Amino acid sequence: MAKVPVQFTLNGSEKAEFIDSGTTLLHALRDKIGDTSPKGGCHQGTCGACSIIIDGELRLSCLTLAETCNGADVRTTAGLSEGGGLHPLQRAFLDAFATQCGFCTPGMIMAAKVLLDHTPNPSREEVVEALSGNICRCTGYEPIIQAVLTAARSNSQNVA
Amino acid sequence: MALALQTFSTVKDASAALKSAGTLYLGGGTLVVRATNEGDVSISGFIRSTEPSLSAITVSGGKVRIGASVTMAAIARHPDLALLAPAARAVGGPAIRNMATIGGNLFAPAPYGDFAVALLALDAIVSTGDGDLPVEAFLAGRDNSRAIVTSVGFTLPKDGGLRFLKVSRVKPKGISVLSITAVLEQAPDGTVSSSRIALGCMADRPMRARAAENALLGRKLTRDGIAPALAVVGDGTSPPTDPIASAWYRNEVLPVHFGRLLLG
Ligand SMILES: Cc1cc2nc3c(=O)[nH]c(=O)nc-3n(C[C@H](O)[C@H](O)[C@H](O)COP(=O)(O)OP(=O)(O)OC[C@H]3O[C@@H](n4cnc5c(N)ncnc54)[C@H](O)[C@@H]3O)c2cc1C
Ligand code: FES
Ligand code: FES
Repeated sequence: MAKVPVQFTLNGSEKAEFIDSGTTLLHALRDKIGDTSPKGGCHQGTCGACSIIIDGELRLSCLTLAETCNGADVRTTAGLSEGGGLHPLQRAFLDAFATQCGFCTPGMIMAAKVLLDHTPNPSREEVVEALSGNICRCTGYEPIIQAVLTAARSNSQNVA
Repeated sequence: MALALQTFSTVKDASAALKSAGTLYLGGGTLVVRATNEGDVSISGFIRSTEPSLSAITVSGGKVRIGASVTMAAIARHPDLALLAPAARAVGGPAIRNMATIGGNLFAPAPYGDFAVALLALDAIVSTGDGDLPVEAFLAGRDNSRAIVTSVGFTLPKDGGLRFLKVSRVKPKGISVLSITAVLEQAPDGTVSSSRIALGCMADRPMRARAAENALLGRKLTRDGIAPALAVVGDGTSPPTDPIASAWYRNEVLPVHFGRLLLG
């Protein structure tokens, strides 16, 4: 099987790899590039654990072919912390007990990040809608929703 | 896994490549990449085109043209397509909507295809590399179609002229029990002067409810006025039984939701 080159920016750094044509971005990130923050839960688009941000939009890395991302700006949860400190969303998830086994957490955080990037002060309904493609099987949704609302509040306090 | 993706800058070149056995056009990939992830070995390669017209939306003089690669998210946020936003927002969660294309939705089997239901009620024209077809004929022949859909065109109804409803069990987003789109025109006295009703999940693909359309003509949208249409809205349906709902359930609740859509 011929290898094809892929090249994109991952969390601000250039990545270039040779992959099998038809490889999903999830597979390329986890098994070739070594960023295991996106999780493979279902590989069917249903659970949202593999959610990442491509060119500012939330996408599912399990249903995205890596070759279609040439030249793209790819962001994962692994790139969120700055200078060793946790991102406000990560901090809020920890403080609000919004992460139990943690498998859904990177996808939830990516979905929440896109929301807060566009809507810094979301309503509860907007948070619920933004997370509607992400499944959590253990924490329960309420602490997750509260964590996103808390992160939004702490962001706006920092800006103020 | 022997899968190859070939990308072409023109639809013409992509169409030629699509003639090879085992190849499939790649839209947003939400159905086909899922199929290959699940081990569908009938697919040996994906073909796609990046021709810019496939990603364009034009609205002029009430006429709309949406390129086949336009996503549900792009439709939902387009200022001139507010009428269609509820149907576009009904497809999956946010990440799916950023990927799912209008072209792919035309091929989505029940219980999917919510947006195609709206296109059927709009009496859209589907343009392909092989020519133009009314959406109803396109949907009927889609299983044997090898042509690339390039765009979908339709006339925008007046404000309030399109009503869309999707019923699902999981809130806020879930797969359809059924969906209904009604495109209605009313005379100044409130009687229905023209009606197109399309149903989703009431057959293996979106279908028109012609008996209900005829029964609405000349009637007002009141409980008594719509009663004859409710009585026949299930004519000719053959809904699937799937993990979301049984065929029996879908038939039972269709008139209830149709009534709510008309009176709401
Ligand atoms: C978790 C999840 C939830 C979903 N929820 C919904 C929902 O609520 N409502 C709904 O309607 N759908 C839903 N879907 C199904 C799907 O996402 C949509 O129907 C979507 O619009 C399909 O488009 P796509 O571009 O991803 O198609 P693809 O997967 O790329 O393609 C689907 C089919 O269409 C063909 N095709 C695509 N574009 C073209 C073209 N331009 N010319 C010729 N052939 C083409 C492909 O060859 C393939 O056969 C869901 C899917 C998932 C995974
Ligand atoms: S692994 Fe991608 S949505 Fe579940
Ligand atoms: S924390 Fe375990 S699935 Fe959400």
